[in-house]
Amino acid sequence: MKQLYIARSSAVASRVLDGEIVIMSATDSTLFSLSEVATVIWQAADGHTPLSEIVRGRICAEFDVAPDAAYRDAEAFIDDLARHGILRVSSEPIDGIEPGVSASRLGAARPA
Amino acid sequence: MGVLSSTSLLDRLPAEYARGGVTLEIGGIPIFLRSGDAEFCRMIEDRYAGFVNPFASAEYEFEIDLNPPSEPSDEDARVSKHGDVWFFDRGDFHAEWDARTRRGWVRQAPNPYAIDTVLRIVHSLVLAEEGGFLLHAASAVRSGQSFVFTGISGAGKTTMSRLAPADVAVLTDEISYIRRRADGYRAYGTPFAGELARVGENISAPFGGLYFLEKGPANRIEPIDDRRAARALLRNILFFSHDERLVKRVFDSAFEFVSNVATGRLIFTPDERAWRLVG
Repeated sequence: MKQLYIARSSAVASRVLDGEIVIMSATDSTLFSLSEVATVIWQAADGHTPLSEIVRGRICAEFDVAPDAAYRDAEAFIDDLARHGILRVSSEPIDGIEPGVSASRLGAARPA
Repeated sequence: MGVLSSTSLLDRLPAEYARGGVTLEIGGIPIFLRSGDAEFCRMIEDRYAGFVNPFASAEYEFEIDLNPPSEPSDEDARVSKHGDVWFFDRGDFHAEWDARTRRGWVRQAPNPYAIDTVLRIVHSLVLAEEGGFLLHAASAVRSGQSFVFTGISGAGKTTMSRLAPADVAVLTDEISYIRRRADGYRAYGTPFAGELARVGENISAPFGGLYFLEKGPANRIEPIDDRRAARALLRNILFFSHDERLVKRVFDSAFEFVSNVATGRLIFTPDERAWRLVG
């Protein structure tokens, strides 16, 4: 099977809030709210870990899902994000990606 | 000659007025529109009545070149940036604005629609830099605080404005103007009108609350978590640029905003009783 590598684009703004990642494309301002599974893929999109390894090592390990079905879903997901310029996809490892999103504002308290 | 004679008034006007133009102060940000065309200046003064301030010292300036009359365009405006210069384009205007020198020029047909769009774009860019934004929302002042009502088209922005009781000053029924100031957020009146075709009051007030409108069988306010609030807010922020840095800035500003102001879902029947829950 041909390997796919995925990397987070630098042309996005993202934020973790209550465990969910919200992403906005800087190129077309499309807003995405990622599911738990999609969040795992996004966070693992370091440009060097093959998608198959992300699915096997992260998705199948953390969620009750068959490898084949998980891989098909992951491909559909990355296709969608790639179309909006949010993920970069390549058959070769990708260098120069943004660091992962910060969760430092997670659950920020609202002042009285 | 009396102290309020026209001569003494003219003496006190900024020098640029002698060269022709109008200063519009929206959101506390004066922008001088320079034009030697007296008819165009009168049209701008009429269109933006309440927001004309000849005594304000302009922070930004645009030279207006008028093309022959043409139909307003229904295209979306295109906004791009090369170096320090912004370019705004639509079928009925072309504008360039140097953010560093704060000067720009607009070539447009002699109608108010083109300059209205240019002003919305410029204000959205200026606000983005300081952590504020323009929002598709109605807003109003009651008891010294400002309240903003946003939602999808048809959610009730115009209805809330139309039903505002006598003690409520409507800031806008269409485009709300939110600034982040040293002492907190503040909403300002805007001349950017919607269905009511009514210019808002040129006043401002500290932020009291952001409501996401939904029509329902009974009036009530329900809590909304920051995640949903930020997502809903982002969908209604008026922003024209795809500049990567500024888009990220606006994105962060939306989250910052909802984590620092009171928010809620205002479910309301389309009558004036909804206002009993506000302020």
